[in-house]
Amino acid sequence: MRGSLSKVLAIFWKDILLEIRTKESVTAILVFALLVLVIFNFAFEPETATMNLVAPGILWVAFTFAGVLGLNRVFAIERENSRLAGLLLCPIDPMLIYWGKLLGSFTFMFAIEIIVTPIFLVLLNLPLFLPRLLLIIVLATLGFTSVGTLFSALANNIRARDIMLPILFLPIVVPVIIAAVEATALVLQSSPWGDMMTWLQIMIAFDIIYLVVATLVFQYVVEG
Amino acid sequence: MDAKGALKHYALVGLGFALMVAALYMVFIYVPTDKNTGAVQRIFYFHVPLAWIGFLAFFVVFVCSILYLTKRDVRWDTIASASAEVGVVFTSLVLITGSVWAKAAWGIWWTWDARLTATLVLWFTYVAYLLVRHYVTEDSQRARLSAVLGIVGFIDVPVVALAVMLWRTQHPGAIIFEGGLVPSMLFTLIVCIVAFTVLYFVLVAQSTRLKNMEADIRNIKDIRMD
Amino acid sequence: MDETESALTAWAIEVEALSKSFGRNRALSNIDLKIGRGEHVIVFGPNGAGKTTLVKVLSTLSKPSSGTVRVDGEDIRSDPVKVRRRISLVSHDTFLYDNLTVYENLRFYGKMHDVPDLEENVREVIARVRLEPRLHDRVGILSHGMQQRVSIARAIIHNPSILFLDEPEAGLDPQAVVMLRDVLESVNTPERTIVMTTHNLRQGVEMGDRVVILDRGKIVYQASRDDIDTVNFYEIYQSYTGTGE
Repeated sequence: MRGSLSKVLAIFWKDILLEIRTKESVTAILVFALLVLVIFNFAFEPETATMNLVAPGILWVAFTFAGVLGLNRVFAIERENSRLAGLLLCPIDPMLIYWGKLLGSFTFMFAIEIIVTPIFLVLLNLPLFLPRLLLIIVLATLGFTSVGTLFSALANNIRARDIMLPILFLPIVVPVIIAAVEATALVLQSSPWGDMMTWLQIMIAFDIIYLVVATLVFQYVVEG
Repeated sequence: MDAKGALKHYALVGLGFALMVAALYMVFIYVPTDKNTGAVQRIFYFHVPLAWIGFLAFFVVFVCSILYLTKRDVRWDTIASASAEVGVVFTSLVLITGSVWAKAAWGIWWTWDARLTATLVLWFTYVAYLLVRHYVTEDSQRARLSAVLGIVGFIDVPVVALAVMLWRTQHPGAIIFEGGLVPSMLFTLIVCIVAFTVLYFVLVAQSTRLKNMEADIRNIKDIRMD
Repeated sequence: MDETESALTAWAIEVEALSKSFGRNRALSNIDLKIGRGEHVIVFGPNGAGKTTLVKVLSTLSKPSSGTVRVDGEDIRSDPVKVRRRISLVSHDTFLYDNLTVYENLRFYGKMHDVPDLEENVREVIARVRLEPRLHDRVGILSHGMQQRVSIARAIIHNPSILFLDEPEAGLDPQAVVMLRDVLESVNTPERTIVMTTHNLRQGVEMGDRVVILDRGKIVYQASRDDIDTVNFYEIYQSYTGTGE
């Protein structure tokens, strides 16, 4: 068990190190997410009333699209130079590869969100300290990355993988998008905790279901 | 196909044909017109069975996907692929008949009603499934990857249904069925559901047989080339 | 425990009636092959003969369609993880991360293999491939030949009893090939079994205890080195494969 954890962390740490070296994913995707926020301001009338209505949607559209871009890269690193074969040759259960990769994609996506969210709140003149929003972001990001990491590995085997990943990924995460948007709207309106419980529950259920199922089926995606 | 198989096949086709004729008769002649929405309500006798079969088709994909991954028998993959194709066609028809009905009943083609939304999400999921089948050329890899999708896609159905249901209660929409169902309407609906279920089995059986024949032909070609 | 168990089986690799199909393409058909402990087997064959597929199946990367493969007496289907502890693969792809240093790459793969005394082992394997001065350089800036040597270091870090080499010299210039051969000699311990595929007939024949010629997924010729006419091996190869490749 401890040996498994150290391997998951080894894969995770390797991905972090690669990202620190190249700064390829996080920087570019961060800029992209900010751009989406800005572009939406042109799509809607930038009046306070309108913006308060559409703000949660804008935030989650930005995160979803940024997420797709990031997820595309999760297994792209392992495709070059047959590195996935190198990982599969290690004496470990393939599900540990999934968990290592999941930990990495969660961290990257969360890092982007944690930078984008305050900027978004400032742009809309909303209060900055929103611990409940943080909780929503954690739950939704776990949902996105649990499915996304699996699909990233799956799309790696397919022609036209860049376009196939969003086509596969977006319909599946519809419940997470709905729940995150609705819950965020409630937080921005300062509604009581009780109101957003159902949405949190949906996200928790989604996260658990997909963490379990993806762990179980990942081996079939990578086997030769 | 042996003689017994052929007999079964023609019996199924015959049964489907008879039921379909009966269903058409009942929908257009036997059943009374709905008081509130008028003649357009008759589309409901096609719409509901199509929706039910679409769901059944994706459930069959789910079961066959699990069976393929555990047994590695290519037959399960063939049935899954046939069922997904029929499911996507039926779900497309659900969306079209639903829109036609909505236009007449509500004056709009589309509304983000819970059921419509869930069906649309389902449609996208299985269109993606068929696209993956199209994009992967190697047979065993295609079977494996699409089986994973068949599982991952189907377990999303209850979560999607729950999420959109809650979402729509927050934004009240129109009520779907106004007047209640009189017994003759219910009877017609049941006959239609049975007719479409048989149609589903005929289509999946036909499509599976066709795919098997294609595979046989390719195998024969390969042997010739050796 | 593993040592005593594996000592019971005489063969490092036993292949029986192995077939592998990719959809309708039969990449390997009905392969029978037994490789003894410490034996060096060189597999020749033209492009598309199934050499890479054979190595992939033997190294658990690809599942056989039918037939059995036992590595160190262990069926590769029933316990691939156990098999992976004892084997390693060097292919024309190095599996290395260009943006990590040689040291970081070796450490990563060492950790994944539960290598004890990792620091010491990294130093030992890097010395074996004679790249100590480049230990803290990024792999990406090394020449292709050096990268291939790092890849060999990566492959032996967990001291595998069986080493698969899939055209390790592909894409290297002649000097690098010579260097690579020296390195391969140096990782060659008496108890280590080596299975290598190659295009290079002359060198291959010199390096192996036994040669196997694969053509269109079948073994068409095999002989031990003592029995082969090394001078005329080119003609033998040509007569069996119908190509001088």
